[in-house]
Amino acid sequence: MKIEILGTGCSKCNKTKEVIEKVLKSTGVKAEVVKVEDIETILKYGVMITPAVVVDGDVNIAGKVPDEKEVRKWITE
Amino acid sequence: MVDIFYPLQWIADKVTYEILRIGPDTHLGASVDFIIYEVMKILILLVAMIFVVSYIRTYITPEKTRKALEGKKGLQYHLLASLLGAITPFCSCSAVPIFIGFLEAGVPLGVTFSFLIASPLVNEAAVAALWATIGLKATLIYVVSGIFLGVFNGYVIGLLKMEKCVADFVYNIKVGDPTKKPKELNIKERTDFAFDSVKDIVGRVWIYVIIGVALGGIFHGYAPEGILAKYAGKDNLFAVPIAVLIGVPLYSNVITMIPIVESLMEKGLPVGTALAFLMSVSGISLPEIIILKKVLKNKLIGVFVLTITASIIFLGYLFNIIL
Repeated sequence: MKIEILGTGCSKCNKTKEVIEKVLKSTGVKAEVVKVEDIETILKYGVMITPAVVVDGDVNIAGKVPDEKEVRKWITE
Repeated sequence: MVDIFYPLQWIADKVTYEILRIGPDTHLGASVDFIIYEVMKILILLVAMIFVVSYIRTYITPEKTRKALEGKKGLQYHLLASLLGAITPFCSCSAVPIFIGFLEAGVPLGVTFSFLIASPLVNEAAVAALWATIGLKATLIYVVSGIFLGVFNGYVIGLLKMEKCVADFVYNIKVGDPTKKPKELNIKERTDFAFDSVKDIVGRVWIYVIIGVALGGIFHGYAPEGILAKYAGKDNLFAVPIAVLIGVPLYSNVITMIPIVESLMEKGLPVGTALAFLMSVSGISLPEIIILKKVLKNKLIGVFVLTITASIIFLGYLFNIIL
């Protein structure tokens, strides 16, 4: 599983990374977590409002920090 | 007319003068009473406004906004862009992706700017705080001014045909379509989203409300009557530009400023100067300009800052005269 966090570096993007890493740890799911800060790549996903989370190529959330419940749902689906 | 917030004033008075036993004519009493009342009133309006606006927002996505504006020229689209910008929040780090995304989709430069200008100026948290403190009439003036600033400045920038002043790489970027088509939400999902937004925003903003109200409260209780009128009244012609020039680079959350400005107004700050200051705080900030430097050449940034600053100063003078 590959999880990409799209964001240009504001605190919300870092918070998103923390939430995701926390959920991964507590569920034991293995995933590669990558922070993407390059605007071109972010736009290629059609994302305009950051932070956004892309799981295995699918854009899951854009615009706010996800809560643990949402992250859990994405990685266990 | 019945003041629906009277129960809050009653609670504030009871806590300040009976429970805390602070003397009724003291500076401390006035400050504490103000603080308790304002915090409650602001929080209630915050919850209400955020809920309503977030619910409405579930009908609008950046993608729909883009589609509605692509290739459209004309004053009415500047208005539409400003209105959509007012409802759509984004943190300043999203300004660049949004800007590029809009331009690449074919939204004209001026219309994109209308969106970008109106969005930080008119946000539901600020509107709620304004309503709670300086009243509905002044709040409506603020909102209309914000939309006007978006329309006017976006239009002017469009007229100046400064498309060449956008960094070259922007036009080479290809914006993808989101892989998942956002599905239409049902009522429960919209309500959940609205509740989540309330929790999210109030959770982030409550500390600024407290700080702003505390500072405003101290000023309210301790500053002499009319002191602002003396130094920054309507006949001081420098007051408006100075207020705006202070506000422009300021990176303070406008919510903190609102209760403070309310107290300043009670002590004689004219309403035009007050509104101009608030607009300059929320309209532009130094971090936003730094971020926009990635995609705009200096000339366009200069025009952007200058036109907004000038129009805010103009509005400040105008409101001082007519209100």
